[in-house]
Amino acid sequence: MAGDMMTFNIKDGFMEAVCRGFRSGLLNTTDYSNICQCDCLDDVKQQLACTDYGDFLSNEHPPIATTTIAEKSTDKLVQEFNWVRSQSTAPLTKFLDYIRYSYMIDNVILVITGTMHDRDPHELLEKCHPLGLFDSLASLCAATKTSELFQLVLVDTPLAPYFSEAVTDADLDELNIEIIRNTLYKAYLEDFYKFCTAMGGATAEVMGDILKFEADRRAINITINSFGTDLTKDDRAKLLPSFGFLYPEGLTRLEQAEDFQGVRDACECYGPYRNIFADVGYSSEKSLEDAFFEFEVAQNRLAFEQQFHYGVFYAFVKLKEQEIRNIVWIAECIQQDQKSRINQYIPIF
Amino acid sequence: AHNTLVRGMNITNSTASDGYLHWNDLLIDISPFAWANIGVSAAIGVSVLGAAWGIFVTGSSLVGAAIKAPRIRSKNLISVIFCEAVAIYGVIMAIILETKAGTPPPQFMVPGLEGVYKLSFSGYGIFAAGLVVGLSNLCCGICVGIVGSSCALSDAQNPALFVKILVVEIFGSALGLFGVIVGIIMTAGCSFQDTR
Repeated sequence: MAGDMMTFNIKDGFMEAVCRGFRSGLLNTTDYSNICQCDCLDDVKQQLACTDYGDFLSNEHPPIATTTIAEKSTDKLVQEFNWVRSQSTAPLTKFLDYIRYSYMIDNVILVITGTMHDRDPHELLEKCHPLGLFDSLASLCAATKTSELFQLVLVDTPLAPYFSEAVTDADLDELNIEIIRNTLYKAYLEDFYKFCTAMGGATAEVMGDILKFEADRRAINITINSFGTDLTKDDRAKLLPSFGFLYPEGLTRLEQAEDFQGVRDACECYGPYRNIFADVGYSSEKSLEDAFFEFEVAQNRLAFEQQFHYGVFYAFVKLKEQEIRNIVWIAECIQQDQKSRINQYIPIF
Repeated sequence: AHNTLVRGMNITNSTASDGYLHWNDLLIDISPFAWANIGVSAAIGVSVLGAAWGIFVTGSSLVGAAIKAPRIRSKNLISVIFCEAVAIYGVIMAIILETKAGTPPPQFMVPGLEGVYKLSFSGYGIFAAGLVVGLSNLCCGICVGIVGSSCALSDAQNPALFVKILVVEIFGSALGLFGVIVGIIMTAGCSFQDTR
């Protein structure tokens, strides 16, 4: 909408420009080829020092582990994100909070699963994603039933509205935890989508596409993961988000699917997914997950083509995460001496 | 008396002395001096609105982008200067219009109907010229501002883009110039000084 262009910069012009500055710090093809040519992780550290990462590893004792690289890179992302969030004003703050909710959901499920297997709470908290930390996360370790979870801890967190569908009196076991995770995520995605469409303009357009793909990806993954488990088709249907490019015809077909071929047929109706499934042939090296990551990167890259919308913030977080995954993949290949597979990262720019 | 000055234009023969019967009566009774001065205020006021709008749109992006790419600071001030030029057009036109409107001489008498026509013409002319200049500068300022913001962000990403986007800005700032030209032509024959 024309109005967006004229008034966006009042509150968010500075933040968008800063976000684009961060985006230009993402590694490009030359950086990646330099890193791929390294022989050991110390060389990787030196190469990264020439990029936007700077000397983020300078305080680590050699030999560096790949987990340290992952941790420190994530720290850098979290720092930049928190800086942007602390400077933002509504409604950008709300938008950035929505980005955090998905990590919060992951952390909640992680803590519950860990508690179920009697892990040490401190260990669990260290494994939580830093973007999704909130105050009462530690007290989740004490809960055993979902109703307790909700009434004691989660009702005060921003995740409360997503729990209304997930609260049952059933005990927490493996299957139920996955169901809880997916119900939460479904409610979160639908809420986020509603928020973005309500904002209108370029934000609705860009984020709408990105979130629809996310919803479809979730639906496909849930369907594929449920083959061979006790999950009934009705229960599965309840977990699929009610929006997306596949909604509603593709989703009804997904609900009926019984095997991978059924999933493939359900996605035939939408062009880009047909291409994805065509790439993931019967004997190719690329897995469905990799193909989805590639598609996601392409969509997030497109978000930067327009100005004056919030999609750039979301796209930056996701692209940075992909970059961290890439760096860790390359570091692992170098460390395990599997240079043949080193080029299977997903280039961003 | 003042009323007879303008009521000379009133040809509807309405003789009601305590109210207006038609919209025409009301509009005709607005003094040409009022029209002219509103035009002058529109020329400067709305132009400055456009210039300020453009400057904040460009400036916020420029400040943010310069954090990671400090080299763009000086070059991209050109966008701000283009927006400022819009305000300067407004000032210039306001001064020109004001000298045309001006203060009427002390022995201000208007003999006959032609003087009234000339006064009305001048009043309407200066009003319209003020609107033309003001609105065209408003749009020009906003346009240059938005393009300037994109220019700063693109320059931070890729220095080769700066000059190309500057061309777009130059075309945009020509819009303000059009308004000034038309305004000057419109008011070529307007004057409150000599109505004989």
